[in-house]
Amino acid sequence: MFRSHILVCGGTGCTSGNSMKIYDALVERIRKEGLENEVHVTKTGCFGLCAYGPIMIVYPEGAFYSQVKVEDVDEIINEHIIKGRIVTRLLYQETVGEDGSIKALNDTNFYKKQHRVALRNCGVINPEKIEEYIAYDGYEALGKVLTEMTPQDVIDVIMQSGLRGRGGAGFPTGRKWQFAKNSVGDKKYVCCNADEGDPGAFMDRSILEGDPHAVIEAMAIAAYAIGSDQGYIYVRAEYPIAVQRLTIAINQAREYGLLGKNIFGTNFNFDLDIRLGAGAFVCGEETALMTSIEGHRGEPRPRPPFPAVKGLFGKPTILNNVETYANVPQIILKGADWFASMGTEKSRGTKVFALGGKIHNTGLVEIPMGTTMREIIYDIGGGCPNGKKFKAAQTGGPSGGCIPAHLIDTPIDYDNLIAIGSMMGSGGLIVMDEDNCMVDIAKFFLEFTVDESCGKCTACRIGTKRLYEMLCKVTDGTATMEDLDKMEELCYYIKENSLCGLGQTAPNPVLSTLHYFRDEYEAHVKEKRCPAGVCKKLLRYQIVADKCKGCTLCARNCPVGAISGTVKEPHVIDPNKCIKCGVCMEKCRFGAIIKA
Amino acid sequence: MKSLEELRALREKMKSQTDNRSVAGADETVIKVGMATCGIAAGARPVLEALLDEADKRKLHNVSISQTGCIGMCRLEPIVEVFKGGQKYTYIHMTPEKARKVMNDHVVNGNPCKEYLIGEN
Amino acid sequence: MVHLKINNIPVEVKEGTTILEAAKVAGINIPTLCYLKDINEIGACRVCVVEVKGARSLVAACVYPVNEGMEVFTNTEKVRKSRKTTLELLLSDHKKECLSCVRSTNCELQKLSNEYGCDENRFKGVRAEYEPDTSTSYLVRDNEKCILCRRCVAVCKHVQDVAVIAPARRGFNTHIACAFESNLGDVACVACGQCVAVCPTGALHEREEIDNVRDAINNPEKVVVVAAAPAVRAAIGEEFGYPIGTNTEGKMFTAMRMLGFDKVFDVNFGADLTILEESTELLDRVTNKGVLPMFTSCSPGWIRYVEYYYPELIPNLSSCKSPMQMTGATIKTYWAKKEGIDPKNIYFVGIMPCTAKKFEKTRGDENASGYPDVDAVLTTRELAKMIKTSGILYNELPDGTFDNPLGEFTGAGVIFGATGGVMEAALRTAAEKITGKPLDNVDFKEVRGIKGIKEAEYDLNGIKVKVAVASGLTNAKQLCEKIKKGECDYTFVEVMCCPGGCVNGGGQPIQSAYVRRNTDLRAARAKALYDEDKKAKIRKSHENEAVMSLYKEFFGEPGSHKAHEILHTSYVDRKHK
Repeated sequence: MFRSHILVCGGTGCTSGNSMKIYDALVERIRKEGLENEVHVTKTGCFGLCAYGPIMIVYPEGAFYSQVKVEDVDEIINEHIIKGRIVTRLLYQETVGEDGSIKALNDTNFYKKQHRVALRNCGVINPEKIEEYIAYDGYEALGKVLTEMTPQDVIDVIMQSGLRGRGGAGFPTGRKWQFAKNSVGDKKYVCCNADEGDPGAFMDRSILEGDPHAVIEAMAIAAYAIGSDQGYIYVRAEYPIAVQRLTIAINQAREYGLLGKNIFGTNFNFDLDIRLGAGAFVCGEETALMTSIEGHRGEPRPRPPFPAVKGLFGKPTILNNVETYANVPQIILKGADWFASMGTEKSRGTKVFALGGKIHNTGLVEIPMGTTMREIIYDIGGGCPNGKKFKAAQTGGPSGGCIPAHLIDTPIDYDNLIAIGSMMGSGGLIVMDEDNCMVDIAKFFLEFTVDESCGKCTACRIGTKRLYEMLCKVTDGTATMEDLDKMEELCYYIKENSLCGLGQTAPNPVLSTLHYFRDEYEAHVKEKRCPAGVCKKLLRYQIVADKCKGCTLCARNCPVGAISGTVKEPHVIDPNKCIKCGVCMEKCRFGAIIKA
Repeated sequence: MKSLEELRALREKMKSQTDNRSVAGADETVIKVGMATCGIAAGARPVLEALLDEADKRKLHNVSISQTGCIGMCRLEPIVEVFKGGQKYTYIHMTPEKARKVMNDHVVNGNPCKEYLIGEN
Repeated sequence: MVHLKINNIPVEVKEGTTILEAAKVAGINIPTLCYLKDINEIGACRVCVVEVKGARSLVAACVYPVNEGMEVFTNTEKVRKSRKTTLELLLSDHKKECLSCVRSTNCELQKLSNEYGCDENRFKGVRAEYEPDTSTSYLVRDNEKCILCRRCVAVCKHVQDVAVIAPARRGFNTHIACAFESNLGDVACVACGQCVAVCPTGALHEREEIDNVRDAINNPEKVVVVAAAPAVRAAIGEEFGYPIGTNTEGKMFTAMRMLGFDKVFDVNFGADLTILEESTELLDRVTNKGVLPMFTSCSPGWIRYVEYYYPELIPNLSSCKSPMQMTGATIKTYWAKKEGIDPKNIYFVGIMPCTAKKFEKTRGDENASGYPDVDAVLTTRELAKMIKTSGILYNELPDGTFDNPLGEFTGAGVIFGATGGVMEAALRTAAEKITGKPLDNVDFKEVRGIKGIKEAEYDLNGIKVKVAVASGLTNAKQLCEKIKKGECDYTFVEVMCCPGGCVNGGGQPIQSAYVRRNTDLRAARAKALYDEDKKAKIRKSHENEAVMSLYKEFFGEPGSHKAHEILHTSYVDRKHK
């Protein structure tokens, strides 16, 4: 037993903030002090509060240190570890009560409303040590399944739990498994989609980095349920830490005989391989993913046949994403009813969201389905920084749509999001405030899909490109009202005619912004004005003569010599020369320069 | 892994490695050892080690053992505080042997070792 | 059986049938662009979309299997508008040179755009720009006309197993290219031109040589000789509206004269000549324990395939030049001498169903007279184009005939144009040579037909001859693998690069995917040749009197030293070069 545990976040966010150096320094100091047998330093997965990284937590006090630097290590060791005095200045301020007492992490706003199921081991165990996963009930579910349940029992439990795919469309997981089980095949495959590609979404990466065994265990359970003996995890090569931890985890599972032949002494065999993706968004689409695993250009193919009938290498295959799998072992252990007790009627359980954009607490949160957008953005996320007004939130990444401020009390589940023109997607949640131009936002997402389209079908290859060009006309101020109608028509065409989900959902950001923020589009078209002051071509910098003192600072800083005027006289900006860089406005000490 | 029993045995073994990796719950026994300069000089470290060792041996997962700073009665060090059943017990002048007895009598069996408590001697 | 309704018409079809096929049963056509039956079924272009009751979006009829109780609508407003938009989007990224395009009036995109009344400028935007690939002597790829249907990619990969082209980049920048954007001339392309034959637009076409040929005709110093391959006569009529499988040989001869060719010989003659050389080589290999099985060497695409992919099997290739090269070599040696013409001034034009022939004529060791055996190769399509642009009313022409002495041919020479034809012709001659007795029946039907691989065994006077015939390189590959592993004991193997043989060559008239869906071009065109063979008075190459007198006057006997010098060639290992 250790008297103290120091958990250092080893997720990608904190790692890029140098957390591994902090880890090394801690280990070194502990060794120097001869405390190795009392104090244990562990590298864990993501804690979720990435905005405040690098993060570490010291137990049993539960002291949550945020934005730690390598230089802080000595103080933490000297004060907290040796003398038992918590270093208050490094604590995440939310955990410090008004009276100076330390609040439990779970009582802070960020964590209070969260319910960690898929993320339960992230930030708790060392993902590179299978024994720690086992200490937290790991592989118990697989053991239970293999020794006490029939494959059909497993599927029944998953079915009853109401678990739906966490990757996008929300297809019931149990039904998917049932189809694959019913399919006849000499060989069947279990695949995991870890090709998380939505800009801003990183929950799958965090699960793989923080709790890889949960996914491995779940895949073995799925394999048993459908009658497969081989699995593939398709993970993007851009996730080096996840790939490394997965590799370690698979090797450890093999060493313990939890992968391989005759698992738990039964006649069940299952092994698992990693396939690295090159980071194409379209490879998140199931058929494209399988085509890629087969070694071909990652492109979707028409369905039917569905993968459950004819998938990888033409064999019955199931594909679930990381987060979906991460729920499975606990559903087996705690029962379908436990899982079904969380969430809403048609969307059971929890969902992980990656908070990003104009929000205070960027990071990863897991909430029960049915939590409202308001709770996520304000209570958990801490609202928009700098007192700006919340305008909209984008869910579902480039396949989703935006949720405007007036719908902020919508309880989040699969069906509600669809009903308001967005979708769950993999759980990226990007917050926009009053400074965001919604046309520009739509353009941003569409540019992403134009770039990521595989180019196979006409509707997506050329349709999205033309749609993007039309959006550019809007932001350039050259579009007409007819163009808006044509855009809308093209959006529906692309949705109806594209071969795969990428194309079918690509116009969603445009459609939803057109729907909720048509006034902004019209301002661009009719008044040649960008209300949020984002679209450069529509911006004009002006000097308010009354306020200008003629200090010449702006003129001296203008990179293109667009500002003229004599000393102590009001200056003027030549709009034909101005490149709208904004330097003048930044430099002016009198607030005399405005954007219009 | 040849059987579920094997897995469970491993888990049991591993539990002691991860005990204390949480904030103690309301039903947990919390033990704190005074580990400021005074406590350490008086021999608190062997006391702490004995406590940890006992917890390990006895597979006590419901016990949180940690250190604390100076309690303010340096002359009574090593001091061990036990929080159990909503009450606080302060043991003074502790030794490893006494610590083991506290673990056995008090923590496990619920009979405080009155002879070591502050105010008793 | 599955029951469904298409536009409210009840239909009963087999399970696994696509909506596209089921609609045909109901008497309804659904337009397609990327679909190529059995070869490219990928649902990419979205032109064939239809509405299915209850479906989330429109579905691609070409790949969507029917199911019980399904209700399909192929002609709703939504469907028509969608197809129109798809076509307009394709047009927005298309180099619209339609007036002068090589495929004008025979372009599937043009036809559909016209039918749907497309506005080609509705989705005006940036167009992807590419330099045409003109790196080879046989074909040109212009990606600015490519609609990315991928029929070329599929035929190259699945039919020919060569796979030198594939989509590169992605999204709007997707284009068909060779690996690492290399030129076609720098990769292991066999030049078969099947990609051209399946291209719906003008993105792929042969490297035209019409102007060179016209220049030669207009040059008074040149004696311009023309000769067409066997398969040309079975298909050229299609360019002038004749039903597929109409043999218009007589009109072709007349048209050739009207074009100004000085002499009209025939590669069928060269085919007969090939049989004499090849059967002699075969008997020599059999009696002297040479390398067996012996492969035919008529198909330049096949030769390139062996040179690139199975150089270890080069010794198995017959050293005989192809019939075209033999014809050219004989014209420039024997005939030149006979007529007293300097071979320098002879310009020989081969009319070929083939694009690889354009490459073949440039090979080394194909210049018996000291000048290239063949000066120009026109595809069947190019000849038709020349005829059309020369104001010749092909359909009105009286039947003409070839010139002698290098025009005379037998039924054996004619069937060279179909898979199994060379084998059958060779068997007719070899059998009589071995047995010394005339054959009762010259029909070797076992080696006929469009099956990819055919095998037969004959007992010729105690000598067991086991033969195999393959067409299409996927099939050829299977044979090569078996032969490499020593798993078969064939004596003689015929391989034609293109599926079905030369009648379906890359230089033949292009038929739309729709026509190909309903007609097997290979079988229909081959029938024209077998019919001519059936009617022929002489059906064995060694009974071709012109060929026999050629030997008497010039070569001596088949396989003679002189014949070897003029009629045989050598090969290069292109894999390890």
